[in-house]
Amino acid sequence: MAYVAVKGGERAITNAHRWLAEDRRGDVAIPEIETDQIREQLSLSVDRVMSEGSCYDRDLAALAVKQARGDLPEAIFLTRAYRTTLPRFGASLPLETGQMAVRRRISAAFKDIPGGQVLGPTFDYTHRLLDFTLAANGETPVEGALEAEEAQAYPMATIASVFAHEDLLEPDTQTDGAPAPFDLTREPMAFPAGRDQRLQALARGDEGFLLSLAYSSQRGWGSTHPLCAEIRLGEVAVEFIPDELGFAIEIGDLTLTECQMISTYGGGVDTAPQFARGYGLTFGHCERKAMSMAIVDRALRDAAAGEASAPCQDEEFVLYHSDNVEASGFVQHLKLPHYVDFQADLQLIRRQRRDYAERAAAMKEAAE
Amino acid sequence: MAAQPVVEAAPERRRWLSILAKAQPKEVMAAWDGLTARPEYRALRSPEIGMVLVRGRMGGTGDAFNLGEMTVTRAAVRLESGETGIGYVAGRDRKHAEIAAAVDAMMQSADLRPSVEGAVIAKLARTQDERRDTAARKAAATKVDFFTMVRTRSPG
Repeated sequence: MAYVAVKGGERAITNAHRWLAEDRRGDVAIPEIETDQIREQLSLSVDRVMSEGSCYDRDLAALAVKQARGDLPEAIFLTRAYRTTLPRFGASLPLETGQMAVRRRISAAFKDIPGGQVLGPTFDYTHRLLDFTLAANGETPVEGALEAEEAQAYPMATIASVFAHEDLLEPDTQTDGAPAPFDLTREPMAFPAGRDQRLQALARGDEGFLLSLAYSSQRGWGSTHPLCAEIRLGEVAVEFIPDELGFAIEIGDLTLTECQMISTYGGGVDTAPQFARGYGLTFGHCERKAMSMAIVDRALRDAAAGEASAPCQDEEFVLYHSDNVEASGFVQHLKLPHYVDFQADLQLIRRQRRDYAERAAAMKEAAE
Repeated sequence: MAAQPVVEAAPERRRWLSILAKAQPKEVMAAWDGLTARPEYRALRSPEIGMVLVRGRMGGTGDAFNLGEMTVTRAAVRLESGETGIGYVAGRDRKHAEIAAAVDAMMQSADLRPSVEGAVIAKLARTQDERRDTAARKAAATKVDFFTMVRTRSPG
């Protein structure tokens, strides 16, 4: 038996990482980008990293984006790795998104929603034409946002509260003495999954994967015919009960995006027809993700009711494959040495070819 | 940890601790540095960075689910006069947590409270109100005014 090299490469790895650092820096004649600039000017990259990295900290996410050279799944991986190094002080009280200080709130379903259609800072209705003034290195002064005389009323009514008196929308339930919600960071994935486990997995899930699943649902693979009842973006205070105090204090404001998708439900023996709902909630401004999450949540609720047929309704398929840190790790581990696997495959395929050649020769002989 | 009912025992302290936490670190530092006299204090708990698991509600108002985590820094101090204060603030700024704890302790002292109530707490609260008001005005400026299209039908 031959010996196989199992060690080595340290110098090559060190040199590769030095080159990586040089490439990260790019042309040194151009000023180095600072994490403050990333936090302020690439804020939607930061938001995605916080959301899927499952850790709200704008400065940390900006650092991750810089270190990852703008590769967001890599930055998400860095953020997830960092969070494992910190102790956990406890869990917050559940966020009250109805108390959000809203910067944007629209309803595509209900034009006359109380509080109105507030567009906020949105890409919607832009023409998607490249704006070359942005390449002019700040020579064009930025026109600040306009401020109305009268501030937006607070708090803003939710779509659920608007229709609550008619029971048209499926109500949420708050269970007395409900157990602590499932925590994917402490417990392995379990099936059938409760909605708490599902929403946590979707909140951490890859935007691209959830977007495609939501799209597949809209196109007919497990169609839920969703309508966008409400999207809201704004700041919500987080309340936490420190052990030393025994009462809740606010420990900060989080920027959140929330989406309510609704679709008609024909009713059952005990339930009148009504709108069933799908829910999306993300850290930061991640509208595409929040909408996708809400559609997939809605689709998976069909699965819970035993009506699954399409990929987006298959909770094992969705939840096992939505995490981009796990997915990226498993796909990219194929880059690491598989020399022994390859040796085994090589031996197998050589033997199969030998057998094949022998069989072919025998057949030819028999035919003659 | 299951959600516990909020103890309403200390609404005032709850209010100022929230204001200290929601202020930006640089605002807290500026207000602190602007004080004419700052008491000596020692750390009961050196500033410690950790995480709080943030929970949302299913559907917006239902039972809780785990949304993700946030970084939080906490600290506890004791003044020479004996009052203890704590700080729990979002983010990883140790100084922010420490000063929040010091101000919390000062707010509990009848002697020291007047020096920080206006110069720190009220000042930070005002800044937060202004920030919120500005955002709410900008939001209001983007509210859609719908025009009603009047349809005309030819008689018959």
